[in-house]
Amino acid sequence: MTALLEVSGVSKSFDGFRAINDLSFAIGQAELRAIIGPNGAGKTTFMDIVTGKTRPDSGDVLWGERSVSLVRMSEARIAREGIGRKFQRPTVFEDQTIAENLTLALRSARGPLSVLRWRPSRASRARVADLAAEVNLGGALHRKAGELSHGQKQWLEIGMLLASEPRLLLVDEPAAGMTLAEREATTALLRRLAETRAVVVVEHDMDFVRRLNCKVTVLHQGAVLAEGSLDHVSANPQVIEVYLGR
Amino acid sequence: MRRLLTLLLTLLLAGPLAAQDLGTVLATHHAEITQPSRQTIGPVIEAVAKAGGAEVLAAWAERRLGVADDGRLAIVHEGGAEDALTGAPVAGKVKTLRPNSGVRSLIAAALVPAQLGDPDPATRAAALDAIARAPDAGQLAALRDAPADPDPALAARRDRLQRLLAIRFDPDPAARTAAIDSFGTDTGADFQAALNPLLATSRVAGPALPADANIARELTPGTDDLPAADAYRLLVEAGLVPARLTDAEQRAALTAHAKNGAVGGVPVAELSDPARRDAAYDALAAQGLVPAAATAAEADAALAAHRFADIYAEPDPAVTDAARGALRAMALREGAARTADMALDAISLASIYFLAAIGLAITFGVMGVINMAHGEFIMMGAYTGYVVQTLIANRTLSLIVALPAAFLVTALAGVVLYRLVIRRLARRPLETLLATFGVSIALQQIAKNIFGTQARPLTAPAWLEGSVGWGEAISISTIRVAILVLALLFLALFLVVMNRTRLGLQVRAVMQNPGMAASMGISPERIAMLTFGLGSGIAGIAGVAIGLFAKVTSELGNDYIVQSFMTVVVGGVGNIWGTLAGAALIGGLQKGIEVLNPGNTLAAQTFMILFIIVFIQFRPRGIIPQRGRAAAA
Amino acid sequence: MLIRRHPALLTALAILALFTLTVTLMSEAYGSGALATSTVKLLGKTLCLALAALAMDLVWGYAGILSLGHMAFFALGGYMIGQWLMYARTAEIVGRTLAAAPIPPTPAELRDGIAGQIFGVVGSADLPWSWSLAGSLPAQLVLVLAVPGLLALGFGWLAFRSRVNGVYLSILTQAMTLALALWLFQNDAGFRGNNGLSGLQNIPGQAHVPQSVIAVRFLWGSAFALACGFLLATWITGGKFGSVIRAIRDDETRVRFLGYPVETFKLAVFTLSAMICAVAGALYYPQAGIINPAEMMPIASIYLAVWVAIGGRGRIYGAVIGAIAVSLLSSWFTGGRAPDLRLGGYTVHWVDWWQVLLGLGFVAVTLFVPRGLSSIWDATAGLRHPARRGADLGPDAGALQEREAEA
Repeated sequence: MTALLEVSGVSKSFDGFRAINDLSFAIGQAELRAIIGPNGAGKTTFMDIVTGKTRPDSGDVLWGERSVSLVRMSEARIAREGIGRKFQRPTVFEDQTIAENLTLALRSARGPLSVLRWRPSRASRARVADLAAEVNLGGALHRKAGELSHGQKQWLEIGMLLASEPRLLLVDEPAAGMTLAEREATTALLRRLAETRAVVVVEHDMDFVRRLNCKVTVLHQGAVLAEGSLDHVSANPQVIEVYLGR
Repeated sequence: MRRLLTLLLTLLLAGPLAAQDLGTVLATHHAEITQPSRQTIGPVIEAVAKAGGAEVLAAWAERRLGVADDGRLAIVHEGGAEDALTGAPVAGKVKTLRPNSGVRSLIAAALVPAQLGDPDPATRAAALDAIARAPDAGQLAALRDAPADPDPALAARRDRLQRLLAIRFDPDPAARTAAIDSFGTDTGADFQAALNPLLATSRVAGPALPADANIARELTPGTDDLPAADAYRLLVEAGLVPARLTDAEQRAALTAHAKNGAVGGVPVAELSDPARRDAAYDALAAQGLVPAAATAAEADAALAAHRFADIYAEPDPAVTDAARGALRAMALREGAARTADMALDAISLASIYFLAAIGLAITFGVMGVINMAHGEFIMMGAYTGYVVQTLIANRTLSLIVALPAAFLVTALAGVVLYRLVIRRLARRPLETLLATFGVSIALQQIAKNIFGTQARPLTAPAWLEGSVGWGEAISISTIRVAILVLALLFLALFLVVMNRTRLGLQVRAVMQNPGMAASMGISPERIAMLTFGLGSGIAGIAGVAIGLFAKVTSELGNDYIVQSFMTVVVGGVGNIWGTLAGAALIGGLQKGIEVLNPGNTLAAQTFMILFIIVFIQFRPRGIIPQRGRAAAA
Repeated sequence: MLIRRHPALLTALAILALFTLTVTLMSEAYGSGALATSTVKLLGKTLCLALAALAMDLVWGYAGILSLGHMAFFALGGYMIGQWLMYARTAEIVGRTLAAAPIPPTPAELRDGIAGQIFGVVGSADLPWSWSLAGSLPAQLVLVLAVPGLLALGFGWLAFRSRVNGVYLSILTQAMTLALALWLFQNDAGFRGNNGLSGLQNIPGQAHVPQSVIAVRFLWGSAFALACGFLLATWITGGKFGSVIRAIRDDETRVRFLGYPVETFKLAVFTLSAMICAVAGALYYPQAGIINPAEMMPIASIYLAVWVAIGGRGRIYGAVIGAIAVSLLSSWFTGGRAPDLRLGGYTVHWVDWWQVLLGLGFVAVTLFVPRGLSSIWDATAGLRHPARRGADLGPDAGALQEREAEA
């Protein structure tokens, strides 16, 4: 199995602070992976580098079958390559309806001229309705997103991610602020998604990671400290040290 | 020693011996002396001077020489008159001669050699003045031969004058170049004036260049130095080629020969075509009605067949080279002095921008708010200064009162603006910008209604007038020095407040993380209000400072607001050093461009703004950006 | 199709048509003469300002770019058409003068004569290179769109590429218009310095047509342009494109992670809006008769933003209402027609106090009616926005914030 995303030897410092230090990481075509680590381990910076928000000082990020480098690409270009990102706090366009939000995310040409010429088709309307139904917002297509509750916004954002059909999905702390029931639904959704694509979950909550039941990468001080099943890494003395502080 | 002896001898013998000669001279030239003309009197004066008639000449120049009834020349005194030759009293009416200024200056020149040896230093100084005023070749010998001057200052002056005259008049080229070299790094205007005539050129044209001429440079027609039209005109003036026909002349000739709707067989209606006009003119020329015109090809051939050059009037290349070298070195040194002067101007401008922008930078840094009314706060400060001045007559006292008064007035205005408008628009920076713009136009119009459109003066106390200078080229007005000091004072004050006081700590906390600061018990609103008041107050002080050298009008703020914005944007937000760097960059840039493109401040400002737009491309967050991960997001 | 989806569009167009018809029937040229020609011109100019405000709304209200330099594009459009108006008109006059001479002029003589007429006032007799196309109406019409369009494209490319946002961008656009104005103020810039271009109300080849007729024709032209602007703006903002640019306004980063090239979208909207502004300017200045660089000083562009804010941004008709209401009120007050107000011992002359009223009124609108006058329409139509009472709307500072979201 070839890797979908391969991060090799990446480093990044902010004003002398090394947020990422010679980090290497790879994930396959259809795989669920959790990344854990204490605060300041470089989890968010790692996601920023993959999505193009931050440029690394050194190292390379290779993508897909043809191993193109993502390092010099813009955020939008990387997103079009098929990398989706879900932020920690729900970010939907509150001034627009749920249908509009989902339509924005639908997979289609992104250039200004194509967007100008784009007209809703029967198929696109059906897809939007399906997606809305899938995230339990089927009855509220023409409500503004700003009127939704926090949880509903989370779901709308997940719906938008599904609409854009990414090959790699980066999810930042999905469990934060969710009820137990919502967590279970989220876990199920992530596992289902990982059957057809790569999913990377960054998470603090060990309990949630255990539910995901997948391979775990532990970051510490900007580098990979350990990798393997949760039980495997939990037994690692170094991991215990950085997590439990001793 | 020997020279001294001869001098003594001459003085002793002067009386009787010279008198004889003088008598002859005066008698011979009697008519010319009484009716002098500038053209012919020269040799006469010289002869009189040689014959020892210094006293006569002096009296003549002072309009005390007259003709007695019997035709004798007499010198008039307060009490009466005496014979110019014998000194015997003259009775009767004496008609004084009134030589014109030209003649008088010739007389003065003739008197110089004698005056240079005069025991009275004032006379010697006057003689040197006379030479400096109207130098000529003859005086060079006099300067060299005169006895050594006992007064060192006068001796130095005489030596300098001698060398200046040597540059221009010494027959020996080697002596002239030596004289030029002897000035070294001197940049005196007199030295420059002595050098310039050496480099005077005249433009010549001919089939070949004169062989023995000292050629400054050869010119090629059709270049910027010598446009083809000018080159051809030179040839015409030299009588080498016939004049070319201008379009206007052609038109006039054609108009004059228009007959029956045609000129030279060409219908008038067709004459809008230049080619048909040429044809018509040629036809007229063939009939002999108009002179034949040189064609373009002939003109080009003539230009190619002749050579053009600038030729020095001074024949010796060694002298012109030395003079050119000296002038070039002088220009270089003057350039350096001008650069220093410009740097001073730039620093002064930067300090003004700094004062104007510092308040803006504070409010922008702490609240992310652009206060468009900032310029009007500057204006309010200036008007406060004006009002204080009308109440307190003593300029110094009124300035001392005006500074804190302006601070208080504008700080209060700032606090009011904050509480009424900005606080309610928290976290809506663009709307704040527009709302403060509304305040800005209202304030401007209110000021116009109160104070009128006429500019109000804000006069500086006497001790701030005048200027401080180093040398001829470098100077800066005292007011600007005072503003610079004021700016430095505020920089120091700001640094102390921000880094040493509790308020500064709180302000920095709010700047970095308002939410966290609030949870630590700091009220961000109170801090914001205080900083807004502080920033506005400094604007008021800047207003007083600006008012001291610029006219106070209701539009005063407009002139500084955009530059202040630029300073903040270029410098970077939230750092006083950034504001300082921004002000220095903008002030320096503006002055620098003005020097490259003198007399065109509009162009300077245009280029400066363009530069800033490009600058933002490379440092989008200013010279000193906010740091940390938050800034990278 | 467009009208079916946007019923307000039909209303707006109907009102515009009715307005144009009414003015025509009251004009001196085609109707009762109840409206003086100067009033017809004022109304025509107001329509042009409304079109400029519409363009401003497109870039600010929809795309969230507060440009404080849009009047530069407006004035540039005016300069481009003014070049032809002035050149062709001077050519007629010079041609007539020279035709009286015994010998017909050569093209070069004609050109020198025109150049002397136009540039004599700034002490020059040469036609600058920037005037080489001035004799051709089609060429200058192309330049009306091309020059402001290219300027917006170049400036926007530089600014958006380096991710200059928010207040910074506003200041930068302000600097741009100031730089342009200062450049044009120079005599050797080739646009007659502070004299500007004048006599633009005289249309070349139409010397026999009275101004009263020309005024009505320009009113028609302005109304037609405004109608086209309405249609174009509705079409653009109505579909997915509008959805994308509003999304950019609210959360640029998020749009970027959806794969949209944000900078290209911004650049497209900025350039298009600059070109609409230029068309408005090209129609405005022949009615005003004179244009000079003072027209593009930053203050003019800020006024444009004020109109849009007062009318209500993010609403096409809001911007138009704001521009019409404020500019007509402004000319009523400053024209000396408003009655003086007696307050005890002080008489308020509105010529002096209108600016104060406008400034403070503007502050009041920003504070209390942030969505502008058009929100009154919404209120009557029962459209309400959720009252959130200060609760956080956006993810973090810089993203969608409380009231700015409501527009």
